[in-house]
Amino acid sequence: MAAEHVILEMRSITKEFPGVKALSDVSLTVLAGEIHAICGENGAGKSTLMKVLSGVYPYGSYSGDIIFQGAEMRFKDIRSSEAAGIAIIHQELALIPELSITENIFLGNEPTKWGAIDWIGAKRTAYELLARVGLRDDPDTQVKNIGVGKQQLVEIAKALNKSVKVLILDEPTAALNEADSQHLLDLIRGLKGKGISSIMISHKLNEIEQIADSITIIRDGRAIETLDIAADGVNEDRIIRGMVGRSLEGRFPDRTPQIGEVFFEVRDWTVQHPQVSERMVVKGSTLTVRTGEIVGIAGLMGAGRTELAMSIFGRSYGNFISGRIFKDGKEIVLRNVGEAIEHGLAYVSEDRKALGLNLLDDIKRSVVSAKLSKISAGPVVNDAKEYSIAEEYRKNLRIKTPNVEMGVSKLSGGNQQKVVLAKWMFTDPDILILDEPTRGIDVGAKYEIYGIIQALAAQGKGVILISSELPELLGLADRIYTIFEGAITDCIDGADADPETLMKSMTSAKKKVRSI
Amino acid sequence: MSGNTTTTEKRKSIFGSNIRQFGILFSLIAIIALFQILTGGLTLSPGNLINLVSQYSYILILAIGMVMVIIAGHIDLSVGSVAAFAGIVVATSMSQWNFPWPLALLFGLLVGAAIGAWQGFWVAYIGVPAFIVTLAGMLIFRGGNQFFGNANTVPVPEGFTVIGAGYLPEVGPTTGYNNLTLLLGFAIAIAIAVREWRARQVQKTMHSDSSPLWASLVKIGLLDAVVIYATFLFAGGRVGTSFPVSGIILGVLVLFYSFVTRNTILGRHIYAVGGNKLAAELSGVNSRRVDFLVMMNMSILSALAGMIFVARAGASGPQDGLSWELDAIAAVFIGGAAVSGGIGTVIGSIVGGLVMAVLNNGLQLLGVGSDLVQIIKGMVLLAAVGVDVWNKSQGRPSIIGLLTRKRKVTDPSTPPPVVRPDAGASETSRPADLPSN
Ligand SMILES: Nc1ncnc2c1ncn2[C@@H]1O[C@H](COP(=O)(O)OP(=O)(O)OP(=O)(O)O)[C@@H](O)[C@H]1O
Ligand SMILES: [Mg+2]
Repeated sequence: MAAEHVILEMRSITKEFPGVKALSDVSLTVLAGEIHAICGENGAGKSTLMKVLSGVYPYGSYSGDIIFQGAEMRFKDIRSSEAAGIAIIHQELALIPELSITENIFLGNEPTKWGAIDWIGAKRTAYELLARVGLRDDPDTQVKNIGVGKQQLVEIAKALNKSVKVLILDEPTAALNEADSQHLLDLIRGLKGKGISSIMISHKLNEIEQIADSITIIRDGRAIETLDIAADGVNEDRIIRGMVGRSLEGRFPDRTPQIGEVFFEVRDWTVQHPQVSERMVVKGSTLTVRTGEIVGIAGLMGAGRTELAMSIFGRSYGNFISGRIFKDGKEIVLRNVGEAIEHGLAYVSEDRKALGLNLLDDIKRSVVSAKLSKISAGPVVNDAKEYSIAEEYRKNLRIKTPNVEMGVSKLSGGNQQKVVLAKWMFTDPDILILDEPTRGIDVGAKYEIYGIIQALAAQGKGVILISSELPELLGLADRIYTIFEGAITDCIDGADADPETLMKSMTSAKKKVRSI
Repeated sequence: MSGNTTTTEKRKSIFGSNIRQFGILFSLIAIIALFQILTGGLTLSPGNLINLVSQYSYILILAIGMVMVIIAGHIDLSVGSVAAFAGIVVATSMSQWNFPWPLALLFGLLVGAAIGAWQGFWVAYIGVPAFIVTLAGMLIFRGGNQFFGNANTVPVPEGFTVIGAGYLPEVGPTTGYNNLTLLLGFAIAIAIAVREWRARQVQKTMHSDSSPLWASLVKIGLLDAVVIYATFLFAGGRVGTSFPVSGIILGVLVLFYSFVTRNTILGRHIYAVGGNKLAAELSGVNSRRVDFLVMMNMSILSALAGMIFVARAGASGPQDGLSWELDAIAAVFIGGAAVSGGIGTVIGSIVGGLVMAVLNNGLQLLGVGSDLVQIIKGMVLLAAVGVDVWNKSQGRPSIIGLLTRKRKVTDPSTPPPVVRPDAGASETSRPADLPSN
């Protein structure tokens, strides 16, 4: 291990927003060349602390001191923190999709020769940087053509180019599959070997246990404790105890499934890519849902899970080619989202910021937005009803906010997710399609959301659960469909499923779908 | 958790939820005060005030439609041309085809609706950006106006001029004031008090802590003082003049569209489409229909504005409505709307429009040439939006926010997290059935 010397110290940081004290008196010490994890529930203040550190919230907007390499820092924006050697990678990636990898890496930092941009030099450097992060793609590739995992690596390359000493990663693996996550973690470990410290926020505690040297736990804006992984013998349960204040029995609530008859069926569903007409993103897929059943859908990223779900949900993705939908024994035609909602479908998108929420709205308006007719007399919305309903959901889902008139953009990521869930629960669906519903959600809230999913099933509704986290599917689903390149490859009983069989069906096109 | 009072909420209790708007209202008051002094009391004289309303009512009517277009994420450059086209068609219908004026009025609105449907079709169903569609419309309908009227002016009959040049009539005993205007003013004053009172009742059922009584009283007191003062000004004008009919039309439209944008499903959908179109569509909003309706509505209001202008001028001409779109758009942005859509209010735009109107009027009273007036108006637009953008980037709501920022914020106490999914879950499924109980 590197010498025990402190590279960064945040002292008594306090940060207030109107109505919310996001951080009170938080201190954080990071050693040179260590991986320091930050854990805490949704809304605990983790992202806020990192935004203070990286100058997103400039000096003067918080109280407390930042000591970096022995000197007090007063960052006035991100550029000044980068100049000092602190780079942050936000969970929402900040790359420009239309530009190439090289252009993105050097954006705002273009090397010049005789006053013109030196693209040749830039490309050479880009090659070296990409090699360092283990990305073998051509630096001329447009960023929109590479996956999220690789984009994450480009972000890191960009940071390395600015010769960082402390790299901040806010939930870097939330949107990555396991292989990409593993690659990223290896990379972070590799950087550590080169003396770069990392501060990493994550809700995936197994990752933290795997790579962190020390952990600071934040609860309700206060630093509760800092643990040394090796010395304190830290495991996941220990972290959870710190985060929520007591231990959690099991990761999934108990449930006795009460499964009835098939009441929802999608038959021979085929959908064309919206731009590329030769490409079918969903190929002849058939799936059934029984009352009270939780049906999982497993597949790698890009396998067509989201495409399948969205195209069922009122043809909101791609061009519909063929297929039929039956509900309660009758064929239904869902030409648009409005009709899908009318027929009792709901879809919780995996991308809450782009597809799930209007970030200009407040919580109460968001909660009722998918079924305004339910709280309206004719064309007129009843504000009082809206308020009381939003309040109810705030309490039941424990959305952390002073009041429901708060703008959703000001909520922490996990709490935004809860608002999206509330929005679709409010439509009182018979079929609830959940696309990565626990992305970016803390362990405690995950447990709660699992409970909610199970309760909905217990009311006789059908739940379709799409998830990249196999343990989640294995823990919740009664039946799991695997999907590969747009086609359903298998249907496995929840009780018989294990990660290996799932993985096998997720990566090969064997066609032996059992029907029920 | 909901019990903590913050500085924002304190301000809210008096000023209503939109602090940004209050900033503009302050600017408006400041500008009025400034010109009142500079012009030696001319600005707030009955004659000038009456003139101000009848001269700018059509711009303000356009601002109402424009703010909805802008909230939905579009823009309409054609309003001036559409107004001019509707104006000449209506004038011709009366002078040549002998339409009685009420029918002509209706006909004008239909012309507006047809034009709006045309433009809305291109925007919503073909997907051509509104900027382009209405740029084309600007040319098409300006040309249409000149084609239709052979670039001449067409006079309108006496009866029609009421909507542009009419005033509340004199009735009842001689009081030295226009009685109907007084009545209207008092009615508004009472309505304000009643409305605030009812808002309090609603608030009581919604919040555990409603805003303090004194805040409501101060609010009612201030607003009613302004209303009563204005009432006497409007009622005390030269005999035969009083509150203009066009002002009443404007008032009704403001009430109606404020209600539509704030309290109806359609209004919510307009904000949703402008705020995040994809998310709105995935929530079942028919965004095309919304786009179509706002564009169509805008042209109907343009036609109305055009007719009011023609009625005021007594004739329709080829130069009517020139650069009205710029005034309307400026009003909307001064009134706090966002260029990217999703943000804006009818009331804000009206206040923004009034800022422009008072500025224009005051500078004219001072004898400032139209060259300087334009420069000053341009600077004001830039400054108003600039200050807003800057404030936002600093994370501050407004100047007032700055002044009160230092006050202590109480710590929201969080209940200890209890993981109790079964209990929690069965409860969470309840709100779905709430409306029935
Ligand atoms: N701009 C803002 N205005 C008001 N409140 C804010 C703002 N940004 C964050 N908050 C509040 O500060 C608290 C901490 O938020 P933060 O984003 O730091 O949480 P987090 O620990 O990163 O949570 P998550 O795991 O869900 O991402 C939350 O209660 C949030 O609502
Ligand atoms: Mg966060």
